[in-house]
Amino acid sequence: MIATATKDRLIKLQPLIALFVMCLAISILSDKFLTVNNGWNILRQISVNICISVGMTLVILTRGIDLSVGSILAFAGAVGAGLLKFGIDVPSENVNIGFTLLGAIIAAIVVGGALGWFNGFAITRFKAPAFVVTLAMLTMARGFTMLYTEGFPINGLGDHFGFIGTGWFLGVPFPVWITAVVVLLAVFLTNKTPLGRYIYAIGGNENAALLSGINTKRVKMIVYTLSGITAAIGGLMVTSRLDSAQPNAGLSYELDAIAAVVIGGTSLSGGKGSIWGTVLGAVIIGVLNNGLVLLNVSPFWQQVVKGAVILLAVIMDKTNKE
Amino acid sequence: MLIAKNITKRFSGVTALQEVRLELNAGHVTSIIGENGAGKSTLMKILSGVYTDYEGELLMNGEAVSFKNTREAQNAGIAIIHQELNLLPYLSVAENIFLGRELKNEFGILDKKEMYIRSALLLDKVKLKIDPNTRVEKLKVGERQLLEIAKALMLDTKVLIMDEPTSAITDSEAKILFDIISELKKEGKAIAYISHKMKEIFSICDDYVVLRDGKFIGSGAISEVDENQLIKMMAGREVELHRHNIHVKKNDDPKILEIYDLKLPTFNVEKGITFDLRRGEVLGVFGLMGAGRTELLETIFGVHTGISQGEIKIDSISKKINSPITAIKEGLALVTEDRKRDGIVPDLSVRKNMGLTVLRQLCNVGVLQIDRERALAEMYIDELKIKTDSDQQLIKNLSGGNQQKVVLAKWLATHPKVLMLDEPTRGIDVHAKSEIHKLIDQLASEGMGIIIVSSEIPEILAVSHRVLVLSEGRITGNFDIDEANEQNILKAAIA
Repeated sequence: MIATATKDRLIKLQPLIALFVMCLAISILSDKFLTVNNGWNILRQISVNICISVGMTLVILTRGIDLSVGSILAFAGAVGAGLLKFGIDVPSENVNIGFTLLGAIIAAIVVGGALGWFNGFAITRFKAPAFVVTLAMLTMARGFTMLYTEGFPINGLGDHFGFIGTGWFLGVPFPVWITAVVVLLAVFLTNKTPLGRYIYAIGGNENAALLSGINTKRVKMIVYTLSGITAAIGGLMVTSRLDSAQPNAGLSYELDAIAAVVIGGTSLSGGKGSIWGTVLGAVIIGVLNNGLVLLNVSPFWQQVVKGAVILLAVIMDKTNKE
Repeated sequence: MLIAKNITKRFSGVTALQEVRLELNAGHVTSIIGENGAGKSTLMKILSGVYTDYEGELLMNGEAVSFKNTREAQNAGIAIIHQELNLLPYLSVAENIFLGRELKNEFGILDKKEMYIRSALLLDKVKLKIDPNTRVEKLKVGERQLLEIAKALMLDTKVLIMDEPTSAITDSEAKILFDIISELKKEGKAIAYISHKMKEIFSICDDYVVLRDGKFIGSGAISEVDENQLIKMMAGREVELHRHNIHVKKNDDPKILEIYDLKLPTFNVEKGITFDLRRGEVLGVFGLMGAGRTELLETIFGVHTGISQGEIKIDSISKKINSPITAIKEGLALVTEDRKRDGIVPDLSVRKNMGLTVLRQLCNVGVLQIDRERALAEMYIDELKIKTDSDQQLIKNLSGGNQQKVVLAKWLATHPKVLMLDEPTRGIDVHAKSEIHKLIDQLASEGMGIIIVSSEIPEILAVSHRVLVLSEGRITGNFDIDEANEQNILKAAIA
């Protein structure tokens, strides 16, 4: 019993050890790696992915998947930027409704939440597979983005909006603060609330959860809505950093998010995993990206390495179980 | 034709078959009779190569044989038709018949034409008037049964084993089936026929073999016995469970649960199920496989919505229960039959599994109070003597009996008025079993109403005040414990 307990602990530490070894190796090979500036750089780069991955973790814990986060990110970012810059024209009344910074931010988050809610609705109401529903949303939300932006970036959003992605607060980049809050809220949700427990129960055994009186449909709706919201927050950060809402923003971000979740030890078959694991997974991906750039590895090889790491993580997860 | 000698089969400590013998003769239909758990299916699985590690000997036409898998058994001429038919719905009839044994032409390409022609001939033999290209999903259950037989005939089967072939088909479909069986008999095939239906057994079988608790009880020609003798052989179980001193139930205790004309899903009956349950009463429900036991509990618990009609009253007030959520609110609890599928969340701890039903009550302004949950878990671990090294142990690491106790604790935590238990002691050891029986009595004496479904009559007799017997979605027996015994319960179950 004790032997298995230590073994379990070691297995849990595996990703942490991997990260440590990786940092050690990169810092030996490049003297630019272990600098304060580079540290903030990595954190700023990964804060968007962590944010999306948190929502993705909740979804995957219920044994679902959300492929639409990249597109939702783009649409929510575009809506936020568009409302801030142009407001809404109401031609019949010949007026324009302007949006304050806060109003635009809230609108973007509501849009992200609404699209996520729709995912959850379609999945629970029609018992459609999450993979297909969110794949459809991936395409549709991208289409909405193109329609809304007419295919052109929305630029020049002002310094206040720019603070979200580029500002500093108490010596720490502002996007890192945002992500930290999202992570802490999600940790609280998963560990300290009934909803969190229900998420694990549904992923672990949906039948048992249903028969225990858990409203499984409602929980799933909430989880997809939250995933839409975290994607929208990510969208605001991306848009702000570039001072531009790109119609092509967030392309294939869902894959990075899924990779972070999987590397972080959350099981794709649901019920097992944690938010901290995902954060660690995202950090591993971030450090890897950063290191490969510092070491002047060609971008083509970077992709190969990244893919190999994901594969390795899954294989290790499987062999640990046996 | 096929002789099984001294077959013994053990499953991790439990002896499922003990020195059983069986003889299947050419041109004879042999009925294999026994209660649930008597070992019929295990024996058939040994004959057909599903189970390969057993003690004893199989003789086919006098030669010793042993099969490594079902394919070898099929090649030797033994085919089994399972209760759950093994057909692929989206493939055609011909494709199903030749599945795994496809005919190929000289280029290694599927010879569809030849398979079509041969399928048509086989279908003709079992009097199925369908095109071999029809997809199986379009066939009725009875037709699928016949298709399974056609599939068996393709293999030049000499021994055909049929496991409750009439359990899901209509009378007219059954009649066709019997005609075909008698023709196969004339062709000299040996047929093993498993059924609970006495009428069928007496009309189509030549011989019988009775099993009970994994042991051989008797065999002979069907013409030499009558129904009562067979039932007696099936039922005369050694009572290993003793009735404890069960608290006395008062007949004027108020009714807590009343069920009127409740119709169960998948059963087409005219009159639904009606019964009531008083405070402090333990109601045993018995039925053979497929009698509707589990469906009854699930329907009361709101699992099958939109299908069931009828009325449910709790504390004399009519209630609409359309989901487990409302059922729990009204004070019902259901410990499900299949622990793995419906009961536990394997990767959560003992404590978290127990808390699932009552999380909201363990909260303070929406925040889970882990110490309250831990207190609850520790209380039940102590009270139910659950063997676990801590409340944080994952439930999947516990033994079956202890898992079951955790599931029980989960429901006791809701303080139900009515506790429904579906096979609460299946697959758990004798010691844990008797602890659960004591617990049932204790809960009832404290005023809980309990419904216990079991496929073991001795268990029902050991814990109940009253016994309901189900058969094909209807109530066919209602006994006070003083008048209930194995024989009249079994007789009602077969009716």
